[in-house]
Order: sequence, then structure tokens, then C-alpha cells
Amino acid sequence: MMWRYLIPISVFLVLSAFFVKGLSLNPRYVPSPLLGKPAPEFELPRLKDPNLSLGSVDLEGQVTLLNVWATWCVGCRQEHGFLVELSQENNVPIYGLNWKDDRNTALDWLSTLGDPYIGSAFDELGEVAIDWGVYGAPETFLLASDGTVLYKHIAPLTRDIWTSEFLPRIISECGSIPCPIANN
Amino acid sequence: MIPEIGQFALILALGLALIQATIPLLGALWSREDLTAIARPAATGQFVFVMAAFIVLCHAFLNDDFSVLYVATNSNSALPTPYKIAAVWGAHEGSLLLWILILSAWTLAVTVGSRGLPHEFAARVLGVLGIVSVGMLLFTLLTSNPFERFFPAALEGNDLNPLLQDPGLVMHPPILYAGYVGLAVPFAFAVAALLTGKLSQDWARWTRPWTTASWMFLTVGIALGSWWAYYELGWGGWWFWDPVENASFMPWLAGTALIHSLAVTERRGIFKSWTLLLAIAAFSLSLLGTFLVRSGILVSVHAFASDPERGLFILLLLGAITGGSLTLYAFRARYLTVEGGFRLVSRESFLLMNNILLVVATAAVLFGTLYPLFLDALGMGKISVGPPYFNAVFLIPMLPLAVLVGMGMHTTWLRMSGEPLRKRLLFPAGIALMIGIIFPFILFGQASALTLVGVVTALWVIASSLLEPAKRLFQKNRSPMPLTRGQWGMYLAHMGVGVFILGATVTSSYTIETDSRAVPGDRWQVGEYELYFRDIRRIEGVNYEATEGEFEVWEGDQLVTILRPQKRVYRVQTSPMTEAAIDVGWGRDLFIALGDPLGDGAWSLRVQIKPLIRFIWLGALIMAFGGLLAIMDPRYRVKRTQEKDAISKQSLETA
Repeated sequence: MMWRYLIPISVFLVLSAFFVKGLSLNPRYVPSPLLGKPAPEFELPRLKDPNLSLGSVDLEGQVTLLNVWATWCVGCRQEHGFLVELSQENNVPIYGLNWKDDRNTALDWLSTLGDPYIGSAFDELGEVAIDWGVYGAPETFLLASDGTVLYKHIAPLTRDIWTSEFLPRIISECGSIPCPIANN
Repeated sequence: MIPEIGQFALILALGLALIQATIPLLGALWSREDLTAIARPAATGQFVFVMAAFIVLCHAFLNDDFSVLYVATNSNSALPTPYKIAAVWGAHEGSLLLWILILSAWTLAVTVGSRGLPHEFAARVLGVLGIVSVGMLLFTLLTSNPFERFFPAALEGNDLNPLLQDPGLVMHPPILYAGYVGLAVPFAFAVAALLTGKLSQDWARWTRPWTTASWMFLTVGIALGSWWAYYELGWGGWWFWDPVENASFMPWLAGTALIHSLAVTERRGIFKSWTLLLAIAAFSLSLLGTFLVRSGILVSVHAFASDPERGLFILLLLGAITGGSLTLYAFRARYLTVEGGFRLVSRESFLLMNNILLVVATAAVLFGTLYPLFLDALGMGKISVGPPYFNAVFLIPMLPLAVLVGMGMHTTWLRMSGEPLRKRLLFPAGIALMIGIIFPFILFGQASALTLVGVVTALWVIASSLLEPAKRLFQKNRSPMPLTRGQWGMYLAHMGVGVFILGATVTSSYTIETDSRAVPGDRWQVGEYELYFRDIRRIEGVNYEATEGEFEVWEGDQLVTILRPQKRVYRVQTSPMTEAAIDVGWGRDLFIALGDPLGDGAWSLRVQIKPLIRFIWLGALIMAFGGLLAIMDPRYRVKRTQEKDAISKQSLETA
């Protein structure tokens, strides 16, 4: 056997190994560049009362979820039931970022489907969403008490993802569930 | 009931493919003519049943049978009839059926075209094609059945993707697939030769027309795709180095290398194992393309709906077909190696360099395409590889290749002294240098070094390609030998390469591109033209609504044309589509695409003036036409006994 005739098949086998591995990867999944970094500062009018504001300061001092949602987004409707469930467990305060939406429609949605949010910021023009690198609702950010982005999930949130991705991170961040609330 | 007939036809085709894939190969192994004789009827029958299945699917589309899931997902009763036909191959399942139909059509052509071949050899070729067909039919029936029912039937279909509702896209997939799939034929010839353990020069002569034919389709198919991207995607670019484009381009590069190495194998009986490897590689790259496009393994702007299960299946298929043939190659190729010498200045050495450079280019494109996957798989991060990489790594081998093309055409087999070659080429080189350096400055006022290199190279290729044909046309009494069709084909195809390089260089160097904001009534200057935004209004299409702008284009006080670009919203899929308006010309294209409304009646506009862009596709068409002439060379139809005569004549023939 002359070794050089084995070169093509060897190259092919190496490539195939990559292909096999590649099938289980998702090339469209791009981790947020914000991971491990402080979340962008924001301040927006509240959905329920435009005279009040909701912003970074309100979220600080505790581990929080920030959920980007909109009434036009089908995935948001899918995950909404779970968010309501989650809010009743009282483990983590959930804030909403209502994205490029209509105020009245959004308020109707919350009154019919239930409101899991401590408060929702109303980002009508999507300007804050751009700072946060949002490119498709629903997206859910897990934020540390100092405002660092611990995790970001794109697509509807489910119990499985909550248990496998969010809970371990929350526990390692504050040692227990629910997190002790910092006094400030 | 009718769709079930289609599915049943596919199952019968699979049965026949199984027969075709096994019995003739066993017959060839045991030298049993009663067994090898089954190959042709099995292949013919398979074609009939695949065709039947295809017609059934067309029927379902034409009759808006929305109880078929595939039809409901990809058609709509308001869809114009030609697009209903195009919708048959508009998505994964149907395009796979088209793939299979074309494979069985090529196989049918081989059953006819292989009558002059040794019986056992033809049986092996058809057997190998049968194996490929079994794989693809299983793939369709197990993972991607286009006849799957949908209960209760939908009242209305989801419509064809608006991007695909376009005349260019009606023809693009069948022609491209004819090229892709056609490469299965030289592949089958290669595997048959490996199975036999013998490779005569006859083998190369049999393989050449099939290779050239599929290469021709591939060339036209790629050109059509590029043309479609140019006017339909609304960006005005003609090549994006997207994984899907690369998937079609890599087999083309490998196929081009194969055509040239086959020439050496036919004429001189050398490069045998190399030619076999290229034949395997070319078809494997087209399978690889199918895998990359349909598995979702890479991010692409125009991928099929991807599915890991399908990806796994094609990967298994790739493993069986490519892995199997390369294993066979590892064991058998050494018996086919022939030592044969040639001098530095000879046709052989130029073709060797051609092959090296083309393979380097293929490898560079392959590496760039797969690089994001490599990094991701090794956990080294997410990146994408863009045009700057591809342009650079592609240009590095291609530039010397273009320079060598001009010389290689004028060399002879075995050996040649440098002096007559130099003398002959002085004229085209002089012309290319003179015109190539002066004209860009006269026509465009300025030129970068790279532009000059591109233009000079292009003119060099064109001039040296035309040298021999021009002699025949203008100096009839002094030319020693008339050119064969093969030679005409070669010169023409190479001229096409030159025309392409000229178009690509000039377009990339001198495109004027502006993005502006305008309201009706505005006048402004772009390049040598003045644009007048006359009006904008809503119009109704068959299955879409559109906003249409109307622009007058003036050159001095002369009205050149009125252009009407549209922004369409298709009623079912509601995604906005840009329909650019293009004033086509040999010298330049004027391209206007309507962007988005900016409020207060203003619109964003993209206006481009693209000089010589038509030459890009014209070049491709000339290449393909050269291929057609080469296939028509009578020598492929004459059964020759004296193989070596061409060498003793020391003729110039190539293609």
C-alpha cells in the first residue's frame, strides 16, 4: 500500500468528523457580547403609567429577570403562561421590556393573560432594545444585583430551560433560592 | 388518490434502483452477461417511474391540491402558472425529487451513450449510478416525502417564497442541478475504472463529453444564479461568497480541473490516478454542497429549511459514496499509476499547473466555507468568513492561472522549445498590455494597479484565445490545418474566461454606487446621468401589491430611459420584496432599487451604474458554448482503434 493514496480518504474522514460534530451545533446561536458585562443603563416610561419611569436603578440590588416582550410576538404568547407561573413562585422578580408595541394593546394583553411583571418599561421606538442587542422577541436576560448580565435566552422560556440554564446560575450567584434581598 | 400514485411510483423506482445497483455489478464481477444485461432496462424503468412521480407532483401543484402538505406549504391558488411549476422545486422535498429526476435522466442518457463501450464496463457505470440513486431515493422516501398528506386539507396554500417568484429562478435550479448531478456520470466512470482495475486512454475519451456536458450546465446554472441575485436581491452585487454559492462553485472548480486533467489522460495516458481522484472529488463536492445547504450546518442567506435529521442522512450518504469511493481509490489507484515524462515547456506541464492552481482555489474556498464550522466545533468561537478572505485567496491562484491559460493553449504535447512560443505570444501580449493600460485611463480617468492587472490579464486571455481562430478566418491560404470542433471549443471557452475577468474587474473597479434620499420632483446627478424622480404610486399585481417609483434618466438633454423600480408586498407571505429596475446595456447597467419610505413622502434609493457587468454572464455563456462545441467534436462518436495517432501528429488539439 502506498501511503499517498490514503491521503484523500484521511482528509475526508477528518472533515466528516467535523460534520458530525457540526450537526449538533447551532450556527445561528450567537452568545450575547453582554454576557459577564454590566447591562446598558436605561430609563423608560412605565407601561402602566407613562408618568412614572422604570430603569436600571429599579433593577439594581437584586437578581432579576428582564423579559423582552411584545403583543405582536407569537413566542411571547407561548411563554406568557410560564412567566405568570414563575412570578407566582416569588423566586426572582421579573421585569418586562415592552418592545415596539402599542400601549393599549399591551395593557389589554396583561389584563387578559395575567401580569407576571413587577413593572414593564415601554420601549416604543425600540431604542433601549438596540442597546441591549435584542434582535427578536422573546428574549430573557438574567441580571445580577450589580447589573451584570449573567445569562441571555432567546426564544420562549420554558420550565426545562428555566431549570437547566437559569436556576443553577441564580444559585451560584446568590447561594440560595430565593436570593436574599440586599438592603440598600 | 393521485398523490399516492406518485409515492408508489417512487417506491417502484427505488426497487428498480436497487436492482440496478446490485445485479449489474455482480454480473460484471462474475462475467455473467445475463446479469449485466439488466442494467439498461432497470435504469430505463427507473426513469419512467421517477418521471411519473414528478408529473404527479406537478399535477398536484397545477390543481392546487392543498391536501398535499408540500403543495400547501409552497403554493397558492393565486400563484401564476409558471411559478406553480417552479414551486415544484421551490423547497427541499420537491427539489430533491428534481435532483433524482435529473440523475435518472443522466442515467438514461448513459444507457444510450454507452452502447459503444465494453459491456462489463457499461454495466459497472450504470451500477454505480444505481447506488447513488438508491441513496437519494431512500433519502426522499424516508425523510422528505413530497407526497405527504395533510388532513384536513388546507383551504389555501401558504404561497411560494416571493424571492423565488421570478423567471430566473424558474430555470436556475433545473440547470444547476443538471450540472451538479451530471458530475455523477464521470464519478461513476471513475469508480467503474477502479473496480475494473484498468484505465485505458479510451476511458478518458468516454468520460470527457459527460464531464464537459455537466460542467456546461453547471456554468450556466451558476451564471443564472448570480444574475438572479443581482436583480432580485436588490443589492446590485453579483457574487456574495455565501455558503450556498460556494457549494455550487467548488464542484465547478473541481470539474474544470477534471476537464483539463482528462485531456492529459486521453492524449498522453498519464495523470491517471489524479484524474480519478478529481472525478471523485467533483461529485463529492456537489454532494457536500447538498449537505451544507440542507443540513443547516452553516449560516447562509438562502438556505433551505434545515433539519438535523436530514443532515445526518446526507452525511451518511456522503460517507457511503465519497468514503466508499476514496477507500476503493486507496486500494486500487496505485495499479493505475503510469510514469510518463514531459518537459517543462509542454502542454502537459501547463495543464499540471492549471490543475494545481484550480485545486488550490477549490481548497481555499472549501476552507473558508467550513472555517466557521471548524472553529465552532473546536469551541473556539463564532465567526463568519466574508468576501475579503475569499476575494484574496481566490485571486492569488487565479491570477497566475489566467496568465498561464494564454500560454498553455499554444503549447504542444511532450515538448516544445520556448522560442516559437514566445514569438507566437508576443503579439497578444503586446495588444493586451497596450490596450489594457491605456483604455482604463481614457474611459474612466483613473485606474488602480489591481484594476490594470485585471484588465491586462483579461485582454491577454481574450487575445491569445483568438489568435488561432483569427488566423483561420483571415489568412485562409496560410493556415496549415483547420481547427477541430474541440479546438474551437477550447479557444472559445478560454475567451469566455477572459470576457468574464474583464467584466468582473471593470464592474468591481468602476461601479458608481449611491444611496440617497429623494422625494417626487427631485432631480440629481449620478455619474454622467441626471435622475428625475417623477412619481410614486401604488399598483396591483396578480398576487402582490406594490409601490412603484418612476424615474426619468437623462444624459444631457437626451432622455435615456424611464425606470420603474418596485417595492412589492406579496399578499400571502407579506414579506416586502425589492424589484430593482435596470436599464441594461453592453457598456453599463443602470440600476435603481427602491428602499424604504423615510416619511414626508421621501424614499431611500440605491442607484448604481455598473460598467461591463453584462460581460460577467456573457463570459460564462461563452464558456458554456465552448463546452458545447467541444462535446460535438466527432471524435467522441468514432470508435477508434489507433489510440496513439494524435500524439505522433504532434497536433495542437486539446479540448
